[in-house]
Amino acid sequence: MEADSSPFFSPETGFDRLHGGIPHTVLVTESPDRYLAQARLLSNDGARLLTLWSDSLPAIRAAILLREGLVLLSLSLPKDAASFPSLSSVFPTAVRFERTIHDLFGLIPDGLTDLRPWIDHGLWSHPPLSPSPFPPKRLAQEEDYPFVRVRGEGVHEIPVGPVHAGIIEPGHFRFSVVGEKVLRLETRMGYTHKGIARLFRGRSLPEAARLASRISGDSAVASSLAFSKAIEEALDIEISEGVRFVRALLLERERVANHLADLGALGNDAGLAVALSLYHPLREAMHRINLSLFGHRLLFDSVVPGGVSTGLSEAMIETLLRENERLQAEVTLLERIYADHGGLQDRFQNTGILSPETAGRLGIGGVAGRASGQGWDLRIDHREDPVHRFAPALALDHVGDVASRVRIRFFEIFESLRLTHALLTSFPGPDICATIPDPPAPREGTGLVEGFRGEVLGWVRILPGKILGEAHIADGSSLLWHALEASVPGNLVADFPLINKSFNPSYSASDL
Amino acid sequence: MWKLLWKILKTGTLTESPVRTQEETGRGPFRHSASIRHVDAGSCNGCELELWALENPVTSLSSRGFSFVASPRHADILLVTGPVSCHMKEALETTHQAMPAPKRVLAVGDCAISGGVFRGSYATHDGLSSILPPDVSVPGCPPPPEAIAEGVLRAFGSPPPPS
Ligand code: SF4
Repeated sequence: MEADSSPFFSPETGFDRLHGGIPHTVLVTESPDRYLAQARLLSNDGARLLTLWSDSLPAIRAAILLREGLVLLSLSLPKDAASFPSLSSVFPTAVRFERTIHDLFGLIPDGLTDLRPWIDHGLWSHPPLSPSPFPPKRLAQEEDYPFVRVRGEGVHEIPVGPVHAGIIEPGHFRFSVVGEKVLRLETRMGYTHKGIARLFRGRSLPEAARLASRISGDSAVASSLAFSKAIEEALDIEISEGVRFVRALLLERERVANHLADLGALGNDAGLAVALSLYHPLREAMHRINLSLFGHRLLFDSVVPGGVSTGLSEAMIETLLRENERLQAEVTLLERIYADHGGLQDRFQNTGILSPETAGRLGIGGVAGRASGQGWDLRIDHREDPVHRFAPALALDHVGDVASRVRIRFFEIFESLRLTHALLTSFPGPDICATIPDPPAPREGTGLVEGFRGEVLGWVRILPGKILGEAHIADGSSLLWHALEASVPGNLVADFPLINKSFNPSYSASDL
Repeated sequence: MWKLLWKILKTGTLTESPVRTQEETGRGPFRHSASIRHVDAGSCNGCELELWALENPVTSLSSRGFSFVASPRHADILLVTGPVSCHMKEALETTHQAMPAPKRVLAVGDCAISGGVFRGSYATHDGLSSILPPDVSVPGCPPPPEAIAEGVLRAFGSPPPPS
């Protein structure tokens, strides 16, 4: 049969789904040529690759974000497939996603030259998620991970990790340096791989929701919200206005708490130790309010499929408004202290530059993208209720250094505080959770949320009996390693912690 | 600069006295210092957020004589978070071996104790017990800073493991 290789979707033809306010569409094809052609067309339209994964059908799925909405491009493979076409020539960041699929399923990405293992650290006798009893033959593996070598006079390597000097997640960084200057940085992750994809399979809905909250502890709200939205789309559940308000509020709280912690840590890493003492008590106060009002210091399990675990009472609104006022005053002062501090600005400026061109090429979104001229923010680009009622403003900067990422965070804190205030004062009242129907047949759904780092995507397949068939949750962390690798060369080794912190990728969310 | 000094002066001391004093836990007051080496063995990073909170001026674990150190050679306590992912097992064991004796192992969080929500995965060891049995465990997901601080005190006061 002659395979049709023409792309079959363009944004003009329209998105057929609108759940939670973000237009999206699902394109399914069995033709590898069409899959590639469609991806190429979308990329030419300026689309970004958010994540790429495989499920056990098997099908390769690429989540591609356009200005107008989200395209879920899905390539169905035959059961005995041994390979799939690589998108690495279209989206440079596809490489590690495809290496992950190769490690987990044994499927070979056709056209990918870099077939080094990524998630596989040489401990598995066969690909752990391979559906066939006789897994496809694996490519040979070398004992030691073959880092790309930089040759030249005076070049040497510094290996760092997986265990780092501070309280931080594990991962390996390989620096090639001359003197103090970094020529190349290569990351090696997978140390926190917990087999999340397999763990999701067959879980009851409440248990799966608990797992979704723990993909990355700092993004508990965003991950559970993306997961819940996916479930709600799959089962066609309407969410009450009250619940949408509480969810929006929780999401902004998570953003403010994380930005505060990052700003404190950035000041500390730049040599202003008192920064930790200034910012972290603010975060601690937020955690305590979270515990007393929502039942968990980090808001784990506060968003559940169909609703939220705690509603809002008058008294709670009052407490939150008081906190809002206090934070506004404190952060205003702290921002001025940072802006006036010459030594601090000296460390921030021109450090770890991610140029707008590179950020665009890699498809970086979120805080890091917005600091490098990439004006993407789901809260602003789409008319998602209730946030769009209060006209959120876009944080945007064009320099792309650590100082830009600091500025973006301050801007977003103030904007989040403003949105929080607006949400609290116009709260429409009772927040009723929806009941979850039992699907008669397997259903699939997608959810997309602007978390504190950037877009968080949730995808589910839910089976009769409200059992989870499969799920995938991804925040932008995997892409941020590429951003980090692009912005560290040319800087001093000693500036690396500062640059890393300014991107703040989650190791857990990228290793899954 | 003046704004910063003014802010520091105005802020004063934020450190709270521990909710439970050491006397109440049945041991004498801790009048020494001890060093902690933290290893994240595949956590979701929620436990790390609470470890950071130990360092904030409100909990201020360092004012009670404990500090987090970079080198295992300087450490008395190995504080482990996460379900012990297979890929972190070796690094965890190497860190433990590098620590001088006497040493204690402290499991922080449900994951480190029994695998937590990640229990039963092909990629984890379901907690520390089969790898480095902990001397003290602090349950919670994640445990609040005060509970971790108490666990650290208990770890130091616990009898040395039989050798
Ligand atoms: S115990 Fe909870 S917070 Fe800690 S690592 Fe495990 S899931 Fe995360």
